Formats: sequence, structure tokens, C-alpha cells
Amino acid sequence: MSDTLRFAYYPGCSGQGTSIEYDQSTRAICKALGIELVDIPDWSCCGSTPAHTVDHVLSGALSARNILQAESLQDVRGIITPCPSCLTNLKTASHRMRDAAFKAKVDSLLDKPCRNDLPIMSVLQVIYQELGPEAVKAKVTNPLTGLKVAPYYGCIMNRPPEIMDFDDCENPIAMDRLMEAVGAEVMPFPLKVECCGASYGIAKNEVVTKLSGKLLDIAVDCGAKSMVTACPLCQMNLDMRQDQINRANGSKHSIPIFYYTQLIGLALGMNGSSLMLDKLFVNPSTVIREMKASQAAAAS
Amino acid sequence: MKIGVFVCHCGSNIAGTVDVASVAEQARNLPNVAFSTDTMYTCSEPGQDEIVQAIKEHGLDGVVVASCTPRMHEPTFRKTVERAGLNRYMFEMANIREHVSWIGKDKEANTRKALDLVSMAVAKLANDRVLTPSKFDINKRVLVIGGGVAGIQAALDCADGGLEVVLVEKTSTIGGKMAKLDKTFPTIDCSSCILGPKMVDVAQHPNITLYACSEVGDISGYVGNFNVSITKKATYVDWDACTGCGQCTEKCPSKKATDHFNEEIGTTTAINIPFPQAIPKKASIDPEFCIKLTKGKCGVCEKVCPTQAIRYDQQDEKVEEAVGAIIVATGYDLFDWTRYGEYGGGRYPDVITSLQYERLLSASGPTGGHVTRPSDGKEPETVVFIQCVGSRDKSVDRPYCSGFCCMYTAKQAILTKDHMPESQSYVFYMDIRAPGKMYDEFTRRAMEEYGTKYIRGRVAMIYPKGDKYVVRGSDTLLGTQVEVEADLVVLAVGAEAAKGAPQLAEKLRISYDSYGFYMESHIKLRPVETNTAGVYLAGSCQGPKDIPASVAQGSAAASKVQNLFSRDQLESDPQISQVDIKRCIGCGKCIQTCPFGAIEEMDFRGATKAHVIETVCQGCGICTSTCPQGAIQLQHFTDNQILAEVNALCQPTTILNYE
Repeated sequence: MSDTLRFAYYPGCSGQGTSIEYDQSTRAICKALGIELVDIPDWSCCGSTPAHTVDHVLSGALSARNILQAESLQDVRGIITPCPSCLTNLKTASHRMRDAAFKAKVDSLLDKPCRNDLPIMSVLQVIYQELGPEAVKAKVTNPLTGLKVAPYYGCIMNRPPEIMDFDDCENPIAMDRLMEAVGAEVMPFPLKVECCGASYGIAKNEVVTKLSGKLLDIAVDCGAKSMVTACPLCQMNLDMRQDQINRANGSKHSIPIFYYTQLIGLALGMNGSSLMLDKLFVNPSTVIREMKASQAAAAS
Repeated sequence: MKIGVFVCHCGSNIAGTVDVASVAEQARNLPNVAFSTDTMYTCSEPGQDEIVQAIKEHGLDGVVVASCTPRMHEPTFRKTVERAGLNRYMFEMANIREHVSWIGKDKEANTRKALDLVSMAVAKLANDRVLTPSKFDINKRVLVIGGGVAGIQAALDCADGGLEVVLVEKTSTIGGKMAKLDKTFPTIDCSSCILGPKMVDVAQHPNITLYACSEVGDISGYVGNFNVSITKKATYVDWDACTGCGQCTEKCPSKKATDHFNEEIGTTTAINIPFPQAIPKKASIDPEFCIKLTKGKCGVCEKVCPTQAIRYDQQDEKVEEAVGAIIVATGYDLFDWTRYGEYGGGRYPDVITSLQYERLLSASGPTGGHVTRPSDGKEPETVVFIQCVGSRDKSVDRPYCSGFCCMYTAKQAILTKDHMPESQSYVFYMDIRAPGKMYDEFTRRAMEEYGTKYIRGRVAMIYPKGDKYVVRGSDTLLGTQVEVEADLVVLAVGAEAAKGAPQLAEKLRISYDSYGFYMESHIKLRPVETNTAGVYLAGSCQGPKDIPASVAQGSAAASKVQNLFSRDQLESDPQISQVDIKRCIGCGKCIQTCPFGAIEEMDFRGATKAHVIETVCQGCGICTSTCPQGAIQLQHFTDNQILAEVNALCQPTTILNYE
């Protein structure tokens, strides 16, 4: 294993489409923070939610193929992905393959057996654990003074704890600490690991409007002017569906839902367009203007 | 030598999977065996009579009983052979129940193994010698460790029976957890009104020496003669001079000290008396918060003290006490509920523990009995109680039921309505476990008379919403999710072993279970004894207990001590090491390995030899395997006796065919 922070990078399908701004900002800040991302050659979809509800072996094989592809890369410390859902599938497959019988079934579906020895982590875990908030803080040129933000991790970034093995599964703090490091004001948000309704947005919209609506209500109640997420699906439900939620619940929320990578990027001095802030549905310009005013006030 | 063998059926316990008749029959062919038979229940009266009869009829010199563990019945059968005129050590037991019939189903293999064990016992018995115990005097003083209600009861019962009692308490007052309670279930009588007089009795009893703010250090010796060192912690106040007038506490300018008695709800002064009924009612200084001790300035208490009792330079002091028996009553600690991240993990000010709530209810508590929210001092309207926080939960390594939480939660729900008639209480529970006398009726009253709403299901999470807390759980009877908006949430925390319990167990040489609770000698028949003679258990140190059970066990332990002390002399166990002076070369290896310090150097006609102190030796046998000369031998387990067993096991002739 090499000393440099060189990782096999699994962007995931959403990174190519619905959350392209997450992928873009992830790549940008990793570069700035000295984390080298090598795209896994010829990666394929991990099967997302449908595969593992149908067949564990098939779902395992879809992830195992990506692990196998990553194993062909030289000198990588492990596999990382920004998306918690991809992460869950990769880690669960790797975890299940520790069982020889399961691994034999998976291997029979692959071109060759995978070694299954690379550590698998989220980009968040690497930034938090391998670099640490202090190292991030040292590179901040544009502290996010006055940005009141509620960190929202979603239900699968840390759970189930025996597989994800990262942070506290009931009260995670990685994003909180990183947001503090970049100068934002972190609100004590109690629903950090609550479900947003996930993919029910398509099948049964009222589940999302109810669950995500509660997240927005409580975040605003806690004094947050924005939320920060690490999950493409959570971000989409809270951001893109915010109007639906407002209509269904009679609320009037208008709070921007950032990816933590976008906020770290801003703090590192990158401009909004390179971080694709314009891709957000709820316009963040008001909170950014307020933040600039606080920065100016702090400077004078 | 004539040996008799008795193979026990133990009903179907042994006979179910061992052919006992065949074992008895084949045992007859073993060397020295003059009589062999199988009996239904050897330990029963007819069973024992059969042994006595056979000894007399056949002139037996020794007896082997093949039945259960010697822990259960070795003393029984030793008495039986003694009744027939044999020495009690001319008896051997083969464990063919725990070691054979209970662990295997293969009858043929079991029968073979049972016969192996019997032939080993017979071979050893042929090498056994008559042993005679010696007698020693008992020191009829008793040490009670822990001054909670169990320790108080044990101390008073012993003292009233005329024994001298040394009571050691870690904190600055006795009373334990019970003193912190407002009322007790199921009678709702005032806790300090029933405990207070008992505490005063302890203080006034001429037979009780109380060491508060003290801890037990090294313990040496054996039943009848223990030596205990006790460390009296510095309180920075001369307790002989202090009258407990309280002037110092009134004037102390440092008012931010942690209030341990009030479960850290509120603060107290750096010099304080924990509560008005404290025993001993003496002031002590918390060195962490005392301005004089931390910064060198102040000295107000010294100026106002009318008896000049303040000693800023006081040091810890060591005292030695000699006692004949020890009662352990060290109680329990509360589960650290901050481990529950989903309940806020200690971050929400209005999510408190049941014992903290008890202090809020108490008239002598920090709010004078007025229930208020810690965050803003407002009176709560909706109070939610959550049971099983740190009990019956494998995920936090507390799979056991703490036993009393159902009851105190019902009590607190009743008291809540008494204090605030307009309030509404909810209780999230998993099951109601109220098996004591009047207990189930009591929980029913909480529901039916006091209108407490009981919801069966675990709480998934608590989160703040405005100035309220949303408690979300499931109602498993309705099969739905429920959310209750609460002003105050009370967590019914479970009990766990007291901090430092395993360390004390090591000193006392008693066993503890995987959770740190002390192990009784037999869970049903010897519930207050330990496997170390002269050490007894009382109260929650053995497992979570409510007040009635703790008091009962305190009295039981006291009666065991009285029983022990009813004799003037005890017999020492002759199963101890003995040195063959001719063989001993005085290398001293046995002295180094003996864990009990039972071996000393002795001068024998100008040469150094080892000498075993009879009453200290525990018969563990470590010295015998250390001695390069084979000069030190454990009586009743000598090399010859053990080798005879091994030879018997390895003899091809003893392995007979089973048909």
C-alpha cells in the first residue's frame, strides 16, 4: 500500500446524471486536498436498490465486478465512492464474500475470482479520517463565516454499523466537524440519520413529502438556513422536491441543499460555477450573499 | 483393603444415558473392591443407609460413590461414611453426571467412560490416608463492605446479635441508592422516613464502627481470621471535632461543586454535608472545587467553624482491622445512558435519568420537590417515561432484566400525577415485570387510577422540536408508529455492576459473572454464600435487587455469620500442603509461587527448609507442581494418588467390553 492518497474511484451512476455536481465537486476538492482519484476502468452499475431486493448473489456479483476492476489498478490504497448507496452495495458484497460459500457463487459469475482485500470507504470517510478536519482547515482561504447549516447524513451512510464501520451510527459527526473546519456554523440537527423517503419519490410521493418535510421543518426549527448532505438521493428529495413538499404540507421552505463537497470547495476558494452551484434547484444565492456580508463584517 | 462402590441412577439423570447396573457389576472386578451395587438415589436417606449398612456388613475401609459433582454432595457422603465409623477422607467421588451422562448421548461410550472414572476413584482411594483436621479460634468480628440498605441491615442484624461490626462506606454518608429515593413502591411511603431511623441506629450502635469516606485495601487471612486494611480518605475536616452544624457550608463561596447526592442536578458548595439526614453528619471538602485547596486563598470555612475542625493539610489514613467474616454489600451502578445516541446521548437537557427525576420529586432535592425542567425551570405538562434503557438490550451488552425499573417507573408516574394533577404521563414499556407482593396491583393503579398511558414498544429516537421533545416509538399492540410530544423525558435506566466490583472480587478471592456481579455459591441453595469460606453477599452486588430483596438478603447474610460464629473454633481443612523435611533443599521456589503467602522459610537444625502455615494454605497445589524435589505434597492429592488414577485410566485390563 502506498503512502500517497491514491484511490480507485467509483463515481456511481447518479454521479453521471442527477448528481453530476456532486461528482464534479468531489473531483475538484479531492484534487485540491491531495487525494488522487483513479477512475475504475469500465465500471458498471452496482445494481442500486433493485438488485439486492431480488438476489443477493447477483447484487454481490455486480459490486464484485467493480471490485475486480479496481484490483487491476496499481498502487491504490482502496476503493472510494461519494454515493452512500454504492458504498453500501460495495461494502455489503465485500462483507458477504468473507463467507467462502457465498464468494464461490459470486466468483462463478465473474471472469476470474476477486481478491476482495481492498478497503472500501466513502470519500467523506477518507477526507475525515485520512486527512482530518485540521488538514482541511489549513487549506481554507474563504471561511464560510455565518453560514448556518444543518448536516444531514441520511440513513445508510453509517448503517448497519457492523458493515459500514464508520462514525457513530446514531449521531455521526464527520460532516459536522468538516463544516466547522471550513468555518460554517453547524446547527444541532437531531434528525441526521433519519430516512428522507428515498426512492419512494416515484412510487409513493407522499412518503417523501412527509418524511423529507419533517427534515426541513426540524432543520429550520433548529436555526439552519441551509442543509448539507452526502447522498445524491437525499439531496434530490430535499432540493428538487422542496416545492412538492411545500405544496403537500403547506409549508414555505426555501433552503438550499448543498453537497458537503460544494461547501468545502467554496471554502477552498473555488468559484460557484466550477462547483456547479447552478445545478441546485433551490437557489443558494441568498444564503451566499448573507454569508459574504458576515464575512465582510467579520473582516472589518 | 476393602472398597465399596455405589453407582447412582439419579433417577433418569444418569441411568438414562449410562448403563449403571453394568458399571456396578464391572466395578466388582477392580482391585480392592469388595462390594459394588447400583442405587436409585444414593444421596437419599435409604441410599445413605445402604452405604452405612454395607460398611458395617462387609468391613469396608473406604467408599466410592459414582454420582454427581462433589460440589453438590461430597460433604453429604463424607458425613455418611463418618457415621459408619470411617475417616471422612476415606471416601472418593466419581462424577458420572456432569462429566458423563449430561454431556453425551452415546450410552455405550458413556458407560465406558463412567467405568473409567470409577476405576480411577477406586485406585486413588486405595492410596488415600486418614486425615484429621486441626482446630483454630475464630475472631468474632464482622466486616460489612458497603453502607446501602443491604449493608445497613446486615450490620444492624449482626450488631443486635452481639457481634462487633466494622462498616466501611466509600462515600461520605451511608444510605446508598435508597437514601436518594423520594418514595418507595408499592406503598408510596417516604424512603428517608423508613431508612433514616435505621441509619441513626447504625450511628448510635455501640457494636458498630463506621468508616465513611473509606475504602477496603488489602485483605489477607482466611475464614475466622481475616486481616483487612482500610484507607480513610482525606475529608479535610477533623470528623472528631465536626458537629455537623453546617455553618461552613452556608458561608462557603465556592458553590459550583458537583452535587453527587443530587445526581448532578444542580450544584453544591465545595464543603458540604450531602443531605440533612446524612450519617455520619459531618462536613467534607471536595478538593476539586475548594478555593483554598486549588488556589491557596479563601479559608472561610476555617474562620467560621466553631470547633476548629477544618484541616486543609489532612492526608489519607490507613487502619487495620481483624475480622472473622466479611459481608459484601457494594450495590450497583446505573447504566451509562449517554451510550444511547438515539436518545440524545446526554445532549438534551430535559432527557434525564430516573434517579435524577427521583431527586426532582424529593422534598429534600435541589428543587424542594417541585418538578421543573432542567433547561428552563418550567413545570412539565407531558412526561414520557422510557423503560429498559440499558436492560434487556443485547446491543449495549445488557441482555438481562434489571428487575426493578417497571416498578419505579410506575411509582414515578403516580408521583408525577400527585405533584402535578394537570400533567399527563406516558410509559413506553416492553413487558411489565411486576412479580412481587402487591406489585402488579401497583402498576395497575398507575394505569387505572392515575391515568398513565402505557404504550408497549421501544422508543426509536428522541429529538427536540421547539421547546418540546418528540418521542418516537412503536406501539406493538396497535402495530403502528407513535409520536408523543414531551416536555420532560425520563429514562428508566437499568442497573449494572458497581465500578471496581471485579477488583474487589480479586481481593476477596470470590467469583463474578461476565457482567461483574458477584457469584453466589449455589444459585438456589446457597444464595448469600460465596465459594470463599467466610465471605457472604448481600444486595445488588449479586444482581439487581429492589429494597425488600436487598433487606432480606442483608438479614440472610447476617444470619449466616451468626451461624458461623456460633462455634468458638473452626476446623481447618486438612487438604493442604505438607513439606517432607528430609527431601526439601530449601530452594524457596514454593515460597515464590504460593499465591496466598502460605509458605515461609524455617530453620531446621541449621538448614533452611520450607514450612506451610496451615491456616493460610488454600490447598491449590501450585507449590507441589513447582517443587523440583517433590518434597512438598498436597494432602489427599499427592503425586502417588494422582499417578494411581492415571495408571488406572491407562490400564488396558480395566477397559472391559460393554455388551
